[in-house]
Amino acid sequence: MAAGNPRARSNRLRQSVDAWGSAHLRALFASLGRLYRAPLPSLMTAAVIAIALALPAGFLLMLANAERVVGSWEGNAQISLFLELGTDAEHYRALARELRGHTQIDSVDVITPEAALEEFRRLSGFQEAMDLLDDNPLPPVLVVRPVSGLTPAEVDELVGDLQTQSAVEQLRLDQEWLQRLHGIMQLIQRGIWVIAVLLAVAVILVVGNTIRLDIQNRRDEIVVAKLIGATDAFIRRPFLYEGIWYGIAGGLLAALLIEVGRLLLGGPARELAVLYGSSFSLQGLGFVGILRLTLAGSLLGLLGSWTAVGRHLAAIEPR
Amino acid sequence: MIRFVGVSKRYPGGFEALRHINLEIEQGEMVFITGHSGAGKSTLLKLIPLLERPSRGQVLVNGVNLARLRKGRIPHLRRRVGVIFQDHQLLYDRPVYDNVALPLVIAGVPHREVGRRVRAALDKVGLLNKERSYPITLSGGEQQRVGIARAVVSRPPILIADEPTGNLDPALSAEIMGLFQEFNRVGVTLLIASHDLELIRRLGQRVVCLEHGEVIDDWAGVAA
Repeated sequence: MAAGNPRARSNRLRQSVDAWGSAHLRALFASLGRLYRAPLPSLMTAAVIAIALALPAGFLLMLANAERVVGSWEGNAQISLFLELGTDAEHYRALARELRGHTQIDSVDVITPEAALEEFRRLSGFQEAMDLLDDNPLPPVLVVRPVSGLTPAEVDELVGDLQTQSAVEQLRLDQEWLQRLHGIMQLIQRGIWVIAVLLAVAVILVVGNTIRLDIQNRRDEIVVAKLIGATDAFIRRPFLYEGIWYGIAGGLLAALLIEVGRLLLGGPARELAVLYGSSFSLQGLGFVGILRLTLAGSLLGLLGSWTAVGRHLAAIEPR
Repeated sequence: MIRFVGVSKRYPGGFEALRHINLEIEQGEMVFITGHSGAGKSTLLKLIPLLERPSRGQVLVNGVNLARLRKGRIPHLRRRVGVIFQDHQLLYDRPVYDNVALPLVIAGVPHREVGRRVRAALDKVGLLNKERSYPITLSGGEQQRVGIARAVVSRPPILIADEPTGNLDPALSAEIMGLFQEFNRVGVTLLIASHDLELIRRLGQRVVCLEHGEVIDDWAGVAA
């Protein structure tokens, strides 16, 4: 009983696994060869995919960089206490001393009206106009830095405490704008994802259409292959690999586009960072990012070719 | 080997290509199907590799009722039936070698064996020196022989040919029929549609004559 012989069976199994593997390898290289023989159209398809991938990926990368910047600010929220105009030096220094004793307060800086005026004069450019003023219009300001690691609720509580201080005219929590910025960035991120989904659909459609045209162009070949006993899988395979290749090429090209963009933005970004006294530099995709982008591309390519192959191959039957 | 039981084929539009055909072809037989154009020769042949399906009746190949064959098994049926077309159905953007190798590649034959078998098939049809040529550069007879090499390279037990000598001169036709006889001698079952009655008569094989989709004559061959 040959069929029951385990050795013969494992041999047969190995043979069919070999055949399956070599069929895949063949389809893989055949499809690559076809793209290579028509470099311009292939490149154009890959470029469309690359742009569609690079747009959301580039924006997400920029957002990630922005988040890094914001993250470095987050630790030092500060509360500015604008005291009543004309509060005398004695009084606000005493208040500063008192606040320094607060357990939730790390440090208190005093900006005297004189110092504030001096700074304003220096930075605002209204030097001559300032000289015309009889009185100093600026109030004393206490800059309170809470100890780090406070929860937002604790910060709120501290703010409430400070607000009850008699000399405090106005209070500004510098974290508020940070929270708003966070909100804005989250909104932008959501927006980018929505665009990314739309562009992903676009990639699927582009690849699908390219494969559809390719199927039409190779109609004769498909008919002949079906005539002499090719399975649907055999015919499908090179087209699916073609879609994957488009996706991979598109992904790599997208990574290239993003890196070029980073190089272009890198100089100005560094200059801006220097102005803010930061050593920040734009972070690129990195190896993992490029890998992800390529993977996303190949997956979309596969999906695109699958949609085309599913609909159009079945329609071609030998007569 | 091949049985037609009450087979009719009506095309959309009402044209009845075959009417109640009953026919049995034994293993190792070489059968000519003859008749005028439109008598149903091509349709009859196309039923065997399921290029067409009968409207009524049953076709059995090797005891398998083709009507009950799952769609996924059709490619395997076609691998066991070599088909030679009048219009060759070659891939004109591939060299002769690739054309002949295609059935082996489809069947997943190991790479090193493909080369050997392709060359054997090309040698058989006398085109060994043309393996790198493109079909378009070959004459009609040579293209037909490429088609034959492709049909036999996977050594199918059944070979069907639709007007294989349709556009060839008598000498080439005789040569190709000679090839078919050689295949027949090694046990291949052949079905050949042809209206070249003179050539057929010389070969002395079984001849089935169709007219308006019906079998009107079935001569047993003298040599068989």
